[in-house]
Parts: sequence; C-alpha cells; structure tokens
Amino acid sequence: MAKAGFRGGVHPPTHKDVTSASATHRAPIPARLVLPMSQHLGAPCTPLVAAGDRVLRGQPIGDVEAMVSAPVHSPVAGEVAAVTSRRTITGNSVTAVEIVPDPEQDFDTFEKIDPVDNVVTLVRSAGIVGMGGAAFPAHVKLTPPKDATIETVILNGCECEPYLTCDHRTMLERASRVVEGSRIIARTVGARRIVIGIEDNKPDAILAVREAADTDIEVLSLQTSYPQGAEKQLIWAVMAKEVPHGKLPSAAGALVHNVGTAAAIADAVLDRRPLMERVVTVSGMVARPGNYLTLLGTSVQDLLDAAGGFTGEVGRVIAGGPMTGMPVVDFSVPVVKGTSGVVALAPGDLPPAVHGDQPCIRCGRCSDACPMLLEPFALGIRANRLDWDGCDSYHGLDCIECGCCSYVCPTHRPLVQLIRRAKHALLERGARS
Amino acid sequence: MTVSQDSVRMSVAASPHVAAKENVTHIMLWVVGALAPAALWGVWNMGVVAAVLLVSCIGSCLGTEALWNYLAKRPQTLLDGSALVTGLLLAMALPPRTPWWIGVAGGIVAIALAKMIFGGLGWNLFNPALVGRAIVSISWAGVLAESSVPGGWFAGLDMPGTGNFDAISGATRLALAAADRAAGGAYAYDMQAQYGPLLTRNLSGCLGEVSGGLLILGGLVLILKGIIDWRIPAGYIGTVALLSWAFGSDPVFNVLAGGVLLGAFFMATDYVTSPMTKTGRLIFACGCGLINVVGRFFGPMPESTTFAILFMNGFVPLIDRSLRPRTFGWGSRRG
Repeated sequence: MAKAGFRGGVHPPTHKDVTSASATHRAPIPARLVLPMSQHLGAPCTPLVAAGDRVLRGQPIGDVEAMVSAPVHSPVAGEVAAVTSRRTITGNSVTAVEIVPDPEQDFDTFEKIDPVDNVVTLVRSAGIVGMGGAAFPAHVKLTPPKDATIETVILNGCECEPYLTCDHRTMLERASRVVEGSRIIARTVGARRIVIGIEDNKPDAILAVREAADTDIEVLSLQTSYPQGAEKQLIWAVMAKEVPHGKLPSAAGALVHNVGTAAAIADAVLDRRPLMERVVTVSGMVARPGNYLTLLGTSVQDLLDAAGGFTGEVGRVIAGGPMTGMPVVDFSVPVVKGTSGVVALAPGDLPPAVHGDQPCIRCGRCSDACPMLLEPFALGIRANRLDWDGCDSYHGLDCIECGCCSYVCPTHRPLVQLIRRAKHALLERGARS
Repeated sequence: MTVSQDSVRMSVAASPHVAAKENVTHIMLWVVGALAPAALWGVWNMGVVAAVLLVSCIGSCLGTEALWNYLAKRPQTLLDGSALVTGLLLAMALPPRTPWWIGVAGGIVAIALAKMIFGGLGWNLFNPALVGRAIVSISWAGVLAESSVPGGWFAGLDMPGTGNFDAISGATRLALAAADRAAGGAYAYDMQAQYGPLLTRNLSGCLGEVSGGLLILGGLVLILKGIIDWRIPAGYIGTVALLSWAFGSDPVFNVLAGGVLLGAFFMATDYVTSPMTKTGRLIFACGCGLINVVGRFFGPMPESTTFAILFMNGFVPLIDRSLRPRTFGWGSRRG
C-alpha cells in the first residue's frame, strides 16, 4: 500500500540529522527576558505587573478578557525591569514586560494555574497556543463550532520544515505526554478517533510514540514531503477528506494540534503547569547546533550565543524553518511561544538574489508542486499586474503560503510573495466592502 | 564566540529562504547536452558545411537576442541559454547543406519575430525554432530542397533506400515512401530495411535526423532528469505509430523517418509553447501526432512535423484554459 501523503509538494534537503540525535538541554538563563504581550493570534494581553514588581515563575504577567487570546506567564522568578514597547520577530513593536531573572532559579517549581474541572479553561489559563508556529490560541480550537462534529483528532508530528527537530525530540523525550495530550484533546471535543501523523523520516519517533500509545491511538507513518505538516494536507493524508474552501478543519470532522501543543496541554491539565518555555531548534551555521529548552523571552542573540555563535559567514538568520520562517533583522527580539527554530543560513544557502521581473518559462513546476492544486504561475503574473480580480478567479485566497512554488521556480520568480500580496489586497478589499 | 549582529551582512527577504538548485540555465544546458551527441554525429557525417550551419544558426540567434535587448534597453538574457537552444534546434531542423545565410535568416526570424517581439522568453505563443524553420523553408524552398541532396564528398556513401533509384533522386526516405505509396507500391520500397540507417546513420534529411537513436537517447535522458514530461513524446510518437498503422503504413518507419523524433522529444516539449497540465500535454501531443500523420499521408509534403507542432502551439492557451486543475477544497471530494 502506498504511504499516505498528498499531491504536490517538494523535497528540500532536510538538514535534520545535525540536531535530531542530540537530547534537548536547557539554554542558560539570560540576563533579561522580554515577554511580548502578543505572542499569539488574537487580542494582545494587558500587562498585570509594573516595573519594580517581584514575579514568581509561572505567575501570570499579562491577560485580557477576549476569547481569542492567551495569557502570558513569567518563566522565571525575578523582578520586572520595565514595561515598554519592544520589537518582535514579526517586526512589529508591541508592549512587552522585561524581567531580570534571579541568578538562582528552581526550574522544578512554579505557580500552578487555578484548578478547574474544565479543560478549555485550564488550557486558556496556561496560555497555550499552537506551538508549530501558527500560535493560534489552543483553547479556541478545543471549542469547535456548535454545529460541527469532530470525528478525528490528528496530532501533527510531521515537522516537514527543513532543519527543525524540536517536535522530533519532543516525541522521543516526552512521548507519554504527547499521547496523554492527544487523549485529553479527544475527550474534550468528543472525538472517537485519535491519529498521530509522523513523517517516515523519523522512524525512532514513530516507534517511541507507538510504544507510549495504546490501541486507542493510531500512529501513522506519512510520506516525507514538504508541506506534509500543513493542516489541510495532513487531514487529506490521514482522512482522505478535503477541508472545503473557506471552511475550518471541523467541516471535515477533524481537529489538528501540533505534538508540542499536545504535550503542553497535558502539562497544563495534569500538572497545572503554565506555558513558560519551549524547545527551540538552533541550527545551521552555529557551533553547537541542537535543541534548546528555552525560556520564553530569551533573545535570539542569547540563544545564538548559547549555541556557540556562528561558524562562518551568515547570510540570514531565520525564526522558524527556512520555508515559512521570518528573517530576524534584530537579534534582540525574543523567542515567543510560536518560535520553533532559529536557523543561521550561509549566503550560499539562500535563493539567488534576482533583479527585476524574471520571466515565467511555463515549465509547470509550480503547479506540480502546489499542494493546494493552484496555478501559482498564473497567480504570479496577475498579482504582478495588480489584477486582484484575476487572482481571485484563480483562487488566490486558497494559497496556504507554503512556498513550494517559489522554491521550485527555475527563474526564481517570487511567486508566493506575489500571491501573499494579492491575498492581502483581496482580504483588505473584502473587509472594506 | 559571541555573536555580533554587526559582524554579518544580512540580507532580508520574505520566505522561503531556500530554493531548489535547478535554474533555467541548468535546464537549457541539459537540453543542449541531450542534443549534442546527435548534433556532433551529424557534423561528423556531414562535414564542415553542417558545422557552418550550426555556427550560423546559433550565432544568429544569440546575436539577434543580444542586439534586441540592447536596442530595447532590456537586461541581457543570453545567459539563460534559451537562445542557444533555439539556435541549435533550428540548425538540427534544417538540411545539413543549407547555405549559412539561410541559417542566419532563420535565426533572426526565430528570435526577433517569434520570441522577442512577444516580450522575450516565456511570452511567445509559437516555438521560435520552428517559426524560423517554417519561414525559411517557405522563402527558399528550392534552395533547401537541393540542400537535402548529399554532395560530392558523400556520393555513393550509404545512399538511402536501394540502389540507383535513390542516388539519382537524393530524396529523403519519407519522400521515397510517399512516392512508392503514390505509385501503389510499384517500387516495393522496403521500410523495415530503413530502421537501421534511420536509427544510426541517415544521410538524407535534416541535420538532426542523422541518428534517430541518439535523439531517442537524448530524449530519454531529459525524461529521466525530469526536465521534459514523458507524456509529450509518448503521446506524439504513440499517435504517429498508431495512425500510420491504421493508414496501412509501417508504424516504426513512420516514427523514425522525418522530423518526428526531433519534434516529439525536443520541439513539442518546449515549456513555453506546450500546455501546463499533464492532461493538456497529452492532448497537445496527440494533436501533434495526428496532424503530423495526416500531413504526411494526405498533405502536399511529407515533412509535416514543423507545421503540426506550430498548429498545436496555437491551441495551447485554449487547452490550458479548458483544463485548469480543480483547486484543493473546491468541488467534489476525491479518494
């Protein structure tokens, strides 16, 4: 039987063996932590502390009444140095709480979140967001629309982005928490089936999770192909169902959570532990590539220093993976809940710089690679002309921005970048009308 | 070592931050490499005149593109390799003894009138090399007909067909087969006996037709490298074989003779002038094969490959519009 997968996709060199074999270890305590009040999609938090306040590890330092939001907790015991506006990875400036940690930290103790029976409330109180990178508040996904029936909970253990191995290590080192998290999620939404999908380039993770799971959970080995971990592609691979255009996965009876998020949910429910740290893969041109258990708010600079600094010329530092990650322009920006990796790329790793409009040679590689079965070449040409109607008619809004089209283009046309721009224009226009 | 942000000169761009290694120049150079054995074998057998033709076609294509870019104040595009491929294909599609000035004229037409005037690489509707060939073959039909006749150096060397009949006419094997068919089989032309020379060393016809075997080899390399879609040569050659057989002719002979191999592997597979979808490519290829065979058996001249592909080039926008892929999440679920 052919292994479950999806149509399209690309196979960039994974560079995962650099970090996948070494155990996660804790990054040093930085001199100062910067905790943005917006580490998630949705309403930013309001600071609950002021400069000079003592804070405890696990103490909430930011929260807001809104449904789509997630509170922020202090990852350390220490003192609030300032509440100021700070730049984040996205380039935006947001309100942030700066904390100077005490030199001695007891990482085993923390302020527990309030005990309640309701999993959704617990998950919200713990400040958990999608840890695969999307940073969508987890408790919102645990509250599916009233008319939707969730048949299947899928845990995303694909980790299809090159370089990143933080999910891989989490599955190896915290398999029982991943499994327990999936059960909690399934119970909460009333799903009968639990599937943990893992790409077949991580056989040890598949084995570890299978061992931790019981017969109630299917651990599915999936084709190694980028973007196997994209939500719609994963649902297709697991359930052979397409999420209809403009609908949520619940329309296909599915709920997808990242394996790291599931482990964090288990921690919240079983230990009443808030989200204070996460595993970050530091890889590429660094002396000690590996997976670092990183306090939220640690700067990219501190993390790069922890990894021993650069080993050669670096052309770009990426937060996240190289296919969808953000370039880091300012190393003082902090690691946040959705930061899965910090990758230093050599100039030669980067796509060649192109000048002016490159021709489309109609080779069809972008169409073959598009996991949404779009025609990126046609979208690119129309977006370039600012023909938003044309982009709409070619279903530009269905683009998931995985970057496969730009990756394969032999003339290096910035296809996904053009489509992103078109989506932006179309959404703006839709919001206006 | 402590990282200093100032120590690195960062470039910033939106994701993705990596790209596949294969670029347009690599692709074009693979095509050149796949054609090279057949071209060199052609020159080896046809002599200096063939080399002169290659140089004049390629030089004319490169020169025309460079001059156009210069006059239009566009960035130079010679390094993408597409003009080199056009020049090479044009030479391969002409009789080896074509005068050099016809090669130059063909190159100018191919690049200026079939490619650059549409906006350069990617924007042309018709295959530039075939437009060049079509225009010169109409403009200097007489000269080109004579050019097919092998000259003095090769007289008596492996003349096509059997005996004097061919030596006198000097016609291509396709023309001989057509004459035989017109005469109701009176010449008893043995098509199966032509397989060997057509595959290895055929001295009547275009420069690119000297060795069908080397063309097939080059085409297979491009398919295995993922540079061309197998559907186009398969659909094209399959249709030619099937229809030739249906019309009572030898299918293998009809695939090997004339421009079918060069057309199916190297001309119809041109990205710019062939459809974007897999189904579209199959339809396009079958259309090429159909018109090629119909032209060969019922048209005024047996060498109909050029016009078959050009004709189908014109249908590419229609094919692409009609066969747009169904976007994921739209319409019926599959599986």
